[in-house]
Amino acid sequence: MKNIKWREVLVVVVLISGFVYLTPTLFPTLPPWWTKFLPKEKIHLGLDLQGGMHLVLEVEADKAVINTADRMVEDIKETLRKEKIPFNKIERAKSWDIQVSLPSPEGGTELNKLMEKFYPILRNAGGETNPEGYLISYTFQDKEVQRVRELAVDQALQTIRNRIDQFGVTEPDIRREREDRIQVQLPGIQDPQRAIDLVGKTALLEFKLVAEGVSPQDSKEGKLPPGVKIYPMKRANSAAGRTSDTQIALKDRTLMTGEYITTAEVRIDTQFNQPYVALEFDATGARTFERLTGENVNKQLAIVLDGTVYSAPNIREKIGGGRASITGSFTMEEARDLAIVLRAGALPAPVKILEQRTVGPGLGKDSIQKGLMASLIGAVLVVAFMLLYYKGSGLIANVALALNMVLLFAGLAAFGATLTLPGIAGIALTIGMAVDANVLIYERIREELRLGKTPRAAVEAGYEKATVTIIDSNLTTLIAAFVLFQFGTGPVKGFAVTLTIGLVANLFTAIIVTRSIFDYLLLQRRIKSLSI
Amino acid sequence: MQLIRPDININFVGARYKALALSTVLILIGVAAYIYRGGLPMGVDFAGGTLIQIQFKQPTTPDAIRSALKDLAGASSIQQIGAASDHEYLIRTELITSELQSLSGSIEERLDDTFGKDEASVRRVEMVGPKVGADLRQKALFAVYYALLLMAIYVSGRFEFKWVKSGIMAGVLVFGVYLLEIAGLDATILILAALVVTLVLCWFLELPYALGALLSLLHDVLIVVGAFALAGKEFTLEVLAAILTIVGFSINDTIIIFDRVRENLRKDKKQDIHALINTSVNQTLSRTILTSGTVFLVTVCLFVFGGTVIHDFAFAMLVGIITGTYSTVFVASLVVIAYYELKGRKKVARRAEA
Repeated sequence: MKNIKWREVLVVVVLISGFVYLTPTLFPTLPPWWTKFLPKEKIHLGLDLQGGMHLVLEVEADKAVINTADRMVEDIKETLRKEKIPFNKIERAKSWDIQVSLPSPEGGTELNKLMEKFYPILRNAGGETNPEGYLISYTFQDKEVQRVRELAVDQALQTIRNRIDQFGVTEPDIRREREDRIQVQLPGIQDPQRAIDLVGKTALLEFKLVAEGVSPQDSKEGKLPPGVKIYPMKRANSAAGRTSDTQIALKDRTLMTGEYITTAEVRIDTQFNQPYVALEFDATGARTFERLTGENVNKQLAIVLDGTVYSAPNIREKIGGGRASITGSFTMEEARDLAIVLRAGALPAPVKILEQRTVGPGLGKDSIQKGLMASLIGAVLVVAFMLLYYKGSGLIANVALALNMVLLFAGLAAFGATLTLPGIAGIALTIGMAVDANVLIYERIREELRLGKTPRAAVEAGYEKATVTIIDSNLTTLIAAFVLFQFGTGPVKGFAVTLTIGLVANLFTAIIVTRSIFDYLLLQRRIKSLSI
Repeated sequence: MQLIRPDININFVGARYKALALSTVLILIGVAAYIYRGGLPMGVDFAGGTLIQIQFKQPTTPDAIRSALKDLAGASSIQQIGAASDHEYLIRTELITSELQSLSGSIEERLDDTFGKDEASVRRVEMVGPKVGADLRQKALFAVYYALLLMAIYVSGRFEFKWVKSGIMAGVLVFGVYLLEIAGLDATILILAALVVTLVLCWFLELPYALGALLSLLHDVLIVVGAFALAGKEFTLEVLAAILTIVGFSINDTIIIFDRVRENLRKDKKQDIHALINTSVNQTLSRTILTSGTVFLVTVCLFVFGGTVIHDFAFAMLVGIITGTYSTVFVASLVVIAYYELKGRKKVARRAEA
């Protein structure tokens, strides 16, 4: 008798907590006292059910190291000039080696000393004499390369988070996956291309001078003066509201980048009723911008975004106050997104899309509907079968099955697990497998009854002998679910989770709950024969 | 109600050569289909590429879609799915776009141009780059292998009380596979070799139950994969999930029979292994059929009503449940018999008592 008491208490406690955890999912609005003290987590739907986009991006972290090397080349040039060390040329060779070309080997030791002092992150990679003089190579310490790469991925993650936050997506999930991969999940996205642009655009804003005296003929033939490069340009025709693609020759040196931007917002150009993006710089940026415009009056300043020139206005006078604008034939949407990415900052390195999965909201709804419908029909069939085959005891098993479902959904809510379409399939399978435990028990009870035992003794023996077997067999399915969980991605993980929760709930309802019901019937109600 | 009479006594053990022949034929058909098709058609998850599910408002044909996308999607397969009245098509191409202009975007634009605006809507896009595809392929193989290995350990530990022996075997195998993987050996060859080594080890370490369980699982996996090759269906992540579930489900049945064997062995230690196993299979037959039946019912519902996305998953489960039930009765326990016959012992090893 003692035994029965703790079992019944356990059943009641588990079932009540099951219903409590399930309530937020069933009722959209809850009274305030509920949300204050009791769980308010709903069952979370996976992207395949609610629609949305799953992206895996690879940060090209090597590019960040290369960029660092490029900046360092400029830096070294300045230092050497300041320290009055003569050099022919300093440039970045393959990947991130920096080569300093000296007129003669004599300067080598002095250079090395200097480099050690100012640039401890570089190490000497050897020197050689060549016709022009003496060439010394430097390269980054391995630790430094690692640090820059690490930083690039971290920054990219942060930047993407900022952009998504400003764009406004409910419950985005942005996380680092392995060394250089970032996984982005955006539920409810309607326009995948727009989201991709927003997340993946490098958004590197640069100001460069237009090279004067380069005729279109020259640029076509590739006859360019040193330090000049051809860039694609979108020439906006504001009156017609169209852009055309052309080319323009720019001086390669970047005068300023977008790193000083504090705000970027969409404004409307009153003349053509066209949106444009207005920028504001911080104090340092404003000073730099004032100086560079002052130094280059009457020259054309190109505004380059991710390698494409958007406009190249003439500098009429020194521009103070730290303001600039980007015009082009943007739609309102494009201008808004551009403002977001400029505000959130540039990605430290470009990203590549490794994986993209998009599910439209319509298909998601369909999937839920069909999945649940299939599970429901399956459940009805199983329930009917159990009733037919085991009669009264079948009813008990069906009660256990219903409670199993309650616990399964409650478990999903309680553990914050995600319900996916394969997850729904997992629920259906749980329904099919859940009765297995009761089938095992009942077949045993029938066997014992055939041996001539009393109902009570038969139930006792049936449960005792079947329990070990049930636990044994469920454990193996749990092992399979565990492997799936380790291996799986998104939807498949959801399957493993529902299968696991379903199996554990099943052990509880099929063994403990049904046993309590049998005991109640046999001991309290003293029924004399079993309907099985 | 009763479907199977309690005193049923089918001579399963006597039918073992027929079963062996049937299994061999089924597996060979699968292998033949596999070779004929030049391998298993891999879904985008594993092969890389792009899959686009499109719904049209008006009826159309794959050829019309193909000609509309001629220069965009390159070599692509277009296939109608779901009910005919849904006008739903799957476009599958090997192309991927790691650039930011997405292929699905261009395809949608083109379809709008050809069929009229809003006539075609993209319902699902799955693009997997070759790197991710290769990763998943490798992970999938390892997942299946580790699932099989874990099951084998569990079975031999639980039924033969050889936890230490099977644990050491597993440790050595996992470590060896890990080392060879680092050495850059091709994952397929590696896993195949590891499987063979595992089976041989089971034989020499005298783990007949593990051997039986492993072979029956392997049998199920081969037949499901063969069915996919035969039907020309694509092998996707969901199908893999189905296979691992089948592995769990099939072993579940097997364990219930082994459990009975153990129980009956306790009653009478001098029993002949043939009779012992045949009785145990018969005693659990009712339960085996019932449980497989309910799971089968539910899976049929998923297959018929579950919608296009889980159709293949349900198909794999259906095949798996049938072969899983069959292999439970005919493969797992009969391997144990074959083991003792070949080892020349008619009596079950004393270690199995407990």
